Amino acid sequence: MATLEQRAGNAANEIDERFGSANFVKRSARKIFPDHWSFMLGEIALYSFIILLLTGTFLTLWFTPSQGEVVYEGSYVPLHGLTMSEAYASTLRISFDVRGGLIIRQIHHWAALIFAASMFVHASRVFFTGAFRKPRETNWLIGVGLITLTIIEGLLGYSLPDDLLSGTGFRIAEGVLLAIPLVGTYLSFFLFGGEFPGEDLIPRIYTMHVLLLPGIFLALITAHLMLVWYQKHTQYPGPGRTEKNTVGYPFFPVYTAKAGGFFFIVFGVTTLLSAFATINPIWLFGPYTPTQVTAGSQPDFYMGFLEGVLRLFPNWEIQAWGFTLPLNVLIPTLVIPGLLFTSMALYPMIERWVTGDNSEHHVLDRPRNVPTRTGLGVMAITTWLILLAAGANDVIAITFHLSINAITWFFRIAIFVVPPIAYVVTKRICLGLQRRDRDLVLHGRETGRIVRLPNGEMIEVHEPISETERYKLTAHQVPEPIQLEPSTDTNGIPRRRVLASKMRARASRFYFEDRVPPPTPSDTHELESSGHH
Amino acid sequence: MTDQNDGTADVAHEPPTATSTSNEEIQRAGGLDDSEAPAPSTTSSGELATRFADPGLPAHTYRRSDIDPAAAKRREREVAALFGLSTLGTLLFIVAYFAVKPADASPSELIARVGLSTKLLGLGLGLSLFCIGAAAIHWAKTLMPDDEVVGVRKPMRSSDEDRREAIAALKEGAAGAGLGRRKLIRNSMLGALAPLGLLAIIPLRDLGPLPGAKLTGTAWKAGKRLISDPAGHPIKAADVPIGGVVHILPEGIEKMEHRLNEEAKATAILIRLAPEDLTRQRADRKGWDVSGIVAYSKVCTHVGCPVGLYEQQTHHLLCPCHQSTFDVERNCAVIFGPAARPLPQLKLTTDSEGYLVAAQDFDEPVGPSYWERG
Repeated sequence: MATLEQRAGNAANEIDERFGSANFVKRSARKIFPDHWSFMLGEIALYSFIILLLTGTFLTLWFTPSQGEVVYEGSYVPLHGLTMSEAYASTLRISFDVRGGLIIRQIHHWAALIFAASMFVHASRVFFTGAFRKPRETNWLIGVGLITLTIIEGLLGYSLPDDLLSGTGFRIAEGVLLAIPLVGTYLSFFLFGGEFPGEDLIPRIYTMHVLLLPGIFLALITAHLMLVWYQKHTQYPGPGRTEKNTVGYPFFPVYTAKAGGFFFIVFGVTTLLSAFATINPIWLFGPYTPTQVTAGSQPDFYMGFLEGVLRLFPNWEIQAWGFTLPLNVLIPTLVIPGLLFTSMALYPMIERWVTGDNSEHHVLDRPRNVPTRTGLGVMAITTWLILLAAGANDVIAITFHLSINAITWFFRIAIFVVPPIAYVVTKRICLGLQRRDRDLVLHGRETGRIVRLPNGEMIEVHEPISETERYKLTAHQVPEPIQLEPSTDTNGIPRRRVLASKMRARASRFYFEDRVPPPTPSDTHELESSGHH
Repeated sequence: MTDQNDGTADVAHEPPTATSTSNEEIQRAGGLDDSEAPAPSTTSSGELATRFADPGLPAHTYRRSDIDPAAAKRREREVAALFGLSTLGTLLFIVAYFAVKPADASPSELIARVGLSTKLLGLGLGLSLFCIGAAAIHWAKTLMPDDEVVGVRKPMRSSDEDRREAIAALKEGAAGAGLGRRKLIRNSMLGALAPLGLLAIIPLRDLGPLPGAKLTGTAWKAGKRLISDPAGHPIKAADVPIGGVVHILPEGIEKMEHRLNEEAKATAILIRLAPEDLTRQRADRKGWDVSGIVAYSKVCTHVGCPVGLYEQQTHHLLCPCHQSTFDVERNCAVIFGPAARPLPQLKLTTDSEGYLVAAQDFDEPVGPSYWERG
């Protein structure tokens, strides 16, 4: 009998003779992956997606995507005799009659929430550390696309059971479509196959939810990962880590074991969560009927900010020349999200234009070292959180016994006031942290030991920090603002594009006017020679 | 443990196995790499460097399992125990699947039995998966080599030579196709390809009928009795006490062809106000009520949720979706929230038998605004 090594060798030979795979394995098996806990956020998103594919496939085996009406006679007695769609009835069947159906349904729903949440947090990590910079702008764009699709995919998914809560979601979607000028009613009639709710919606969004969008997801995620692999992962700054190397663990075996193991951890935790925390108990909501609604209707959290804008926006509507333009729906649901996502997508290009930085970046920024970007990011997150809270203004009113009108007005003002404050505070905190880093490098760590000198002077002894730590605190660059070029060149000929260069100088000042340059060896030298420590 | 030595091009410094690693080598790895680091963009003309030197990777510290075979053996047993726990989880899942059957439960026990089944199956599956992950990661962190390895990163930009060759190849291909010279082929090809998208769009036309005037009318007609929703009884004025509220639909709607579509438009709410609460009604709506009983469309004029919450003290109708608030005393004028228009009012009267009936259909389209609404 051949040894294990011989048998593995034979198998490898068979494969290599057909696919020439030795070359790929040679280059890839020991590929280096930098390690940091924050690099796992994207992994959580990826693994949640795989969980969604697995559990979703399971659910399709019993789900009936149809709005055909049936009278319920299944296991759940409280709903006996009610007329409902086959979609709702089959969801009840999955929940009560298919063994393990409810746990799979709950894993699917929890995994969707974790998928969306981990994408938001992963995008924040990429933003705050500057990982979106050249050459990774394309991956940032793919990421923004994935987040946008996730919101749509989520809405379609929680609408499929056709319960009272999710049906209300599509009623709102109809109102949004109708608000689009000129073609709104046409779009709505084409989506619903006529008037709302019609009988075509569930089968149509089923195909989109289980085939069309997952296909696009799969393609985009594959491209996202291939780019990570090809461009190699970024790394945090530190001694020995440069723009020309990757420091970390080899793909095989350490990274394979860690990343593969982490998939099982994510799947396991999602499963345990789904075992003990009920989510979307559709049997309590009842089947959808357009004449009813539940108080406290709340979408899933990733839709919350849209719900918030829709609730806060003033009731403006234009009626002129026989046409109606419902700004109260159009602006909050289409214009504002469009602007938000476009500015998010374009941010890497905007920052590159401001900084004029055209070089490759593989070493990440510590967020404190880019105070303006960090401030802008916190401002965006603050805006998002205010809108999320505003989307739950009725829940807040009931929980805290407050006036819904007062809460709404509070949010209407807060949305303009709080984000700029968040920006300024964050930027100041960053600059303060940078000064503290500078202090540590120049004066060392406070030891708490007070020494009395022969001349009676009392001083606290400072201990110099290690070389390793010092390098980490001083390795970054702090650009100076771009100076406005004179309006004529050296030959006295007026320059072109003066306005653009003015705007750029202004933007650069906005980014880099407040700067704390990292200390240099000459700074410490000066301190030492002046005898002060 | 891996001790294969494949000399990859990707890895500048091949890691020795953990036990043979010398700190010096690792230090050298960092130092060596540092020498090829790009010079900082600041000019370094002064006597003192403008940046602190990169001290290189910190010295590698050994784990207990690297130096103590007994500790390594303990780690090995822990990993094996976690894998074993996973197998137990799988067994628990299988046992729970066959032992706990919600289908056998009596109706009163169904929820409890489904809950038990879900918890046991989830616990089994969760343990089974989580422990595999925990075992793999514990294995990687305690027994696989943990010295950091340095790999080379080349700039993304291709070499100038590669670029020249790429451009030459493209130019050669373009010249072969003669796109520049043969304008007739180029233009006719564009003419053939450009309208292809229409073939994907046009067949979508039959997704739905055109809107036409469908959004303007509802199932309410003059003389249609009001029936309570969902009970379905006709209503007499005397049956509604002051302050009473009834959700209503037009009689016969349950037999209409597209019942849900019709209900979605016709759904309305009936409220009886006290005479003193009727003083602020619009003059042109005089006579639309029957002894203080008024009826309004329940479809919110914002985005169409059913306006289902009635505050009896203030006579306000509140939409639970986005909190638009309508004042019933003033013909459902908007007093708060994002809705822009009052709820359409249904003119009421009574028939010969004394039942409440609609005097006419709504005199404007119900529900959310749209472009051609007027």
